[in-house]
Amino acid sequence: MRVVLLPSREEVELRGGCRVGDLLRELQLLPGTVLVIRDDEMLTTEDVVNDSDTVEIRRVISGGARKRNPLC
Amino acid sequence: MSATRPGHKPKCKRCRNPAVVQLHSHHTAFCRDCFLLYFQRQVQRAIDGERMFSREEPVLVAVSGGKDSLALWDVLQLLGYRTTGLHLNLGIGAYSVLSRTKTEAFARERGLPLLQVDFGAEGHAIADVVGLTRRPACSACGTAKRHHFDRIAMEHGFPVVATGHNLDDEAARLLGNVLRWDMNYLARQSPVLAPSHEKFARKVKPLFRLSEYETAVYAFLRRIDYVIEECPNAAGASQLLYKDVLQRLEAEMPGTKQNFVLEFYRRARSQLFAGNLEAPTTCSRCGLPSHRPVCRFCSLLDEVAAKRQGVRPLAQTSS
Ligand code: SF4
Ligand SMILES: [Zn+2]
Ligand SMILES: [Zn+2]
Repeated sequence: MRVVLLPSREEVELRGGCRVGDLLRELQLLPGTVLVIRDDEMLTTEDVVNDSDTVEIRRVISGGARKRNPLC
Repeated sequence: MSATRPGHKPKCKRCRNPAVVQLHSHHTAFCRDCFLLYFQRQVQRAIDGERMFSREEPVLVAVSGGKDSLALWDVLQLLGYRTTGLHLNLGIGAYSVLSRTKTEAFARERGLPLLQVDFGAEGHAIADVVGLTRRPACSACGTAKRHHFDRIAMEHGFPVVATGHNLDDEAARLLGNVLRWDMNYLARQSPVLAPSHEKFARKVKPLFRLSEYETAVYAFLRRIDYVIEECPNAAGASQLLYKDVLQRLEAEMPGTKQNFVLEFYRRARSQLFAGNLEAPTTCSRCGLPSHRPVCRFCSLLDEVAAKRQGVRPLAQTSS
């Protein structure tokens, strides 16, 4: 299974046949911090991903300004 | 409550169809349509509860091209508000080009009015300002952004400027302010900031009840094409650290972030700062709100101009 991480565009090959929740745990990601997308559909932690899938994991937490700048 | 029991496909809390979104903080899950409805209601509740603006008032929406600001513009339009976008082209290389392209496409597809300010054309592209003055990018950027939001709102007669700050932004900022006990910043952290003068706009944050995850889900489900990449000057280590700490607390104690921010607004803020806000005067140059005789933006322009003049003779002698 090909896993593409955004916005870094890093790619990793992982074994499929597991739930999305397990996949996130393996990657040490918390469920409320990423969108997991397959074939343009969002997956829940209970969905199962397979070896032949390409899965996009999109980080939703952004860094904002380096200096305290409430407008960024 | 079995919406997210392991091994069971979660069901929508409202209609019992298969869920596509799990909201762990609320121990709940939604299908697409019910999530969009939930999101709209949260925004409406924020607007009404904080008396941000009415349906008659024209709202200037600050749009960067990222998920939060485009989601905000989208939902305000769906809720029937009178909106105009304001995009600032910051002059930060490829990131700014992409941001502008996506913002323009969003406005064009929906037939929404969009105003733009080009920092490069104004003579203060952020990349140049940083090169000339050695100021931190985000401090120069914030100063210039604030100035143009205020200026455009005043020139075009907008009583309200709305920004896409979400619950995570507010929580991270609140944590930072509390860790330093920065009373000035704490006093000014609010979902609605009243103007200091009748000709200035009030600043509102209609997404302050919704998490960053929720705005990302909303943008995805509404098929909003936003800039996923971040500004190269972003990834402020402390901001991300605060968000990470809060997210870990949230995972162990769902609802923590929301309580932290909403209870600060609802209870703590009014007790701490009742009538204590120092009212700004106006800048003697540009006439916009300022705590000093010449505002930060006009001072920044002075500095840029001085450096440019200082550079020119050198270039001439070397040729
Ligand atoms: S991160 Fe980029 S957009 Fe945000 S304040 Fe800094 S320079 Fe401006
Ligand atoms: Zn539903
Ligand atoms: Zn000024």
